[in-house]
Amino acid sequence: MTMQATDTSVRTSITVEAPIERAFSLFTEGIGTWWPPEHHILEAELAEMVFEPRVGGRILDRGVDGSECAWARVLVYEPPARVVFSWDISLSWQIEADHEKTSEVEVRFTAESTERTRVELEHRHIERHGEGWEQMQAAVSPPNGWNLQRFADAARAA
Amino acid sequence: MTTYHLDGLAALGDPTRRAIFERLADRPSAVGELARDFPVSRPAVSQHLKVLKEAGLVMDRAAGTRRIYQLDPEGVGALRAYLDQFWNRSLAAFKAAVEQPEEDS
Repeated sequence: MTMQATDTSVRTSITVEAPIERAFSLFTEGIGTWWPPEHHILEAELAEMVFEPRVGGRILDRGVDGSECAWARVLVYEPPARVVFSWDISLSWQIEADHEKTSEVEVRFTAESTERTRVELEHRHIERHGEGWEQMQAAVSPPNGWNLQRFADAARAA
Repeated sequence: MTTYHLDGLAALGDPTRRAIFERLADRPSAVGELARDFPVSRPAVSQHLKVLKEAGLVMDRAAGTRRIYQLDPEGVGALRAYLDQFWNRSLAAFKAAVEQPEEDS
């Protein structure tokens, strides 16, 4: 089965009644106000989500015990129009250490009026996680699985 | 393609099914193992697996007397369905948050 390029992306958009600057800052630095609460990797109780607002910054979850889980790298930071970050999370909500196997999320903000902003989101290169899956399955099924299984165990134990 | 896509989304709309799906992404499992780890009965787990299987998200294979369930290896479609659902829910939550009157200060 061949995948077309578009098959490996998810696109969605929404229009919000807010100025573009506010939409951008709440999406990025205010990420903790809207991110689905059940989707966190931390073992500890979540204290806050942190979005470091610069290229090379991280998006991370911080626990009440001070533990941190950085699950994204900020790749593009152009307020208030565009932000791109990596998605270093496997489908089972564990950190993907191999950046070759991570996808990325681009979010574009367009002012439709002074009080209305269109937010377009594209999560692309999803197939990179797929390559990980195939190896993960290969590691799990035959007896002599290799390091990805160890990684999976370590990630689970951590 | 559209039908498959919607099936996947609908299948992941149920929280228990989503949890089972995430668990299978972590590691392939038999029905009994899933029933042990989730607060639902074995028949209920089987029913959830049937829906996931019909949606093309999950496949099964025989291993001795057991059937092991795992994500469909053509599962880029499965991941797309999952993320599509995830982002739609998240952007709706973002909209609700950003449209709230500012209350800090």
